[in-house]
Amino acid sequence: MNFPIEVNVTTIVARRGETILEALERNGIKVPTLCHMPGLNPTGSCRMCVVEVEGKPNLITACSYPVEEWMKIKTHSPRVVNARKTNVELLLSNHPDDCLYCERNGNCELQLFAAQLNVRERRFIGKKNKYKTDPSGSSIVRDPAKCIVCGRCVRTCDEIVGVCTLGFIGRGNQTIIGPSFNKQLNLSSCIACGQCIMACPTGALHEKRHSDHLQNALHHHKTHVVAQYSSTVAISLGEEFNLKPGREINGILNAALRKAGFDKVFDTTFGADLYLVQLAAEFEERLNEGGVLPLFSSDCPAWIKYVEQWHSEMIPHLSRCKSPQQMLGSIINRYYADTYHIKTEDLYTVSAMPCTAKKFEAQREQLTHKGISDVDAVLTTRELAQFIKLNGIELPQNDTELADYPFHVRSSAGKLMSLAGGQTEALIRTLYFRLTGKELKQPKIMAMRLNRDYKEVKIKMGKHLLGFAAINSIVTAHRVIEEIKAGRDDLHFIEVMVCPGGCINGGGQPMIKVPNALKIRQKALYELDEKDPITAAHKNPGVIGLYNDFLISPNSALARELLLTTYKKREVPL
Amino acid sequence: MSDLIDDIIERHVNIDRDGLIPLLQEIQSSQGFLSEDAIIRIGASMDLPTSKIYGVATFYDQFRFEPKGKVHFQICHGTSCHINHSIRILQELERLLKIKPGQTTRDGMFSVDATSCMGACSLSSVIKVNDTYFHDVSPADLKEIIEKYKSNPLNA
Repeated sequence: MNFPIEVNVTTIVARRGETILEALERNGIKVPTLCHMPGLNPTGSCRMCVVEVEGKPNLITACSYPVEEWMKIKTHSPRVVNARKTNVELLLSNHPDDCLYCERNGNCELQLFAAQLNVRERRFIGKKNKYKTDPSGSSIVRDPAKCIVCGRCVRTCDEIVGVCTLGFIGRGNQTIIGPSFNKQLNLSSCIACGQCIMACPTGALHEKRHSDHLQNALHHHKTHVVAQYSSTVAISLGEEFNLKPGREINGILNAALRKAGFDKVFDTTFGADLYLVQLAAEFEERLNEGGVLPLFSSDCPAWIKYVEQWHSEMIPHLSRCKSPQQMLGSIINRYYADTYHIKTEDLYTVSAMPCTAKKFEAQREQLTHKGISDVDAVLTTRELAQFIKLNGIELPQNDTELADYPFHVRSSAGKLMSLAGGQTEALIRTLYFRLTGKELKQPKIMAMRLNRDYKEVKIKMGKHLLGFAAINSIVTAHRVIEEIKAGRDDLHFIEVMVCPGGCINGGGQPMIKVPNALKIRQKALYELDEKDPITAAHKNPGVIGLYNDFLISPNSALARELLLTTYKKREVPL
Repeated sequence: MSDLIDDIIERHVNIDRDGLIPLLQEIQSSQGFLSEDAIIRIGASMDLPTSKIYGVATFYDQFRFEPKGKVHFQICHGTSCHINHSIRILQELERLLKIKPGQTTRDGMFSVDATSCMGACSLSSVIKVNDTYFHDVSPADLKEIIEKYKSNPLNA
């Protein structure tokens, strides 16, 4: 039911049951917020969104107060603005004065509000809490000194991701946010997904930099530096350069990376195609030989760490395939390096990923070869953008170029891996061909394109009726695992992506500036799938060539050695 | 020792989240502190993440996360003692023992806690060492008290 409310000098229409903030935002009135997160329970703890409501003695937090009929609200009265300014000043009084040295300089919400509210002097000088940064995590660095205790990361970790690693510790002005027992992140149950980084308004959480050594490697005459970048990076990097959101910039990115000094530039989508072919082979083998089913996807390193920690008894269900990044990494290290006579010690592989957990993955013990990782540095999309800017390259002014032979061809199926449900869709295409020898008549699996946490489709392939599920939340995954343990047996393949929406919303992606950025990225990938001449991984001529020349077949000893991995139970406080 | 924790958790089986604090209290009074192991086991039994349990426990001053020392100092932090500068007693004790409230010295000898009102306001500032109360304490008295207990920890 709708009713009018009075805001400042105008009358707007509010809906029953919504909060004041929702009513204001829907009508284009902006109120600053720090602790508010759309879709999650409001806490009203930061008090940035306070408004004046006639008849109420105190200022009201718009984010947590339901709107009532004929409320008279002032959103920017002197009293309100003064309260917000004092709030920011108090937050700054216990904040390190080091914006110029901060990861989030220029991209920080606290900084933005301080500027908007014209905070120009240090009005409150008090004792600042002293904390050390925690650089122990393989992917995420935590700096409690910069934390404003808004709790967005805590709620993200709990309500969106569902692992509950971060929590409030202590009380009052001594409260900090950290993992259980205030331990270091590398000893915690953190799965490194990086969603907390996306939620953090300040620089209290950020990715661990891998880009520092890159410049040296690029300018070292003996080092042969190769890049691989994820299909998701190609679709979202443009946003950091104010290009049209959703534009795929493979071509100009290839050119830009070559200008920056990379000897070779490869597309990780090739690795994704290879992953899909291997995955289909593994599935067929398990199906025919009575192996452990349902098979769980293994491309999301955060999901792998989750299984190793919470459900180690389900490890046999995990596909043994390495992720696309690591598959391409080991193929580069063995096949490419041998073919072009490059010594392994001179080879430096850099990957650009939308993901912070990939940094963790690259350091997994099982994915190193004689102690050397197949991928030496993993950059997030944000780091890559910064790296391109550092090297003085005007990205949009490059002409499009192809990625380098032999890993330059890719299918649109590999691209779909960036989306929740996309992997299942891509796998079905290749698996159908493998099991029946025929191509799928309708390669678009619409059931996998819904925006839901849990998607399921049943498809008849030859004599088998196979169940596929795509899960996009740890909470749902936990539920399904419990169902499987209780005896559910109609599912044969389960894809799990930790980040909401899939890799397009990964923890290493650009901070969202464009509303609907996720939908735009998603739409762009589906449009690419419509246009692409190669829509299935097994039809990628590059992958076929690699099997013919080198790997022989997905089941060969060499393919197993290079493309498969193992997992191990992890003991962490859950 | 570990069996005791299991016994207590067993008695609280099927409790809701609002039963968490009584459970923590019972474990603390049995063990003297909340160990990591105890919190992990509570989490497993109640299906609660340890970060949440640790968050609740650290919110309250009553819970400790290190075993008590042989000599346990409790500094009253009630209103009357506060007005009589109990904070200075605490600061002096922190300086002498080089530990903060909630911590225990490395040799396991001394531990310190700040507590709420002990009910002896007319005698403030009050501190309690093991089971003995000391009244009208000033920071200067602490050295002597510590020395006395150092030579004989069970001194009553």
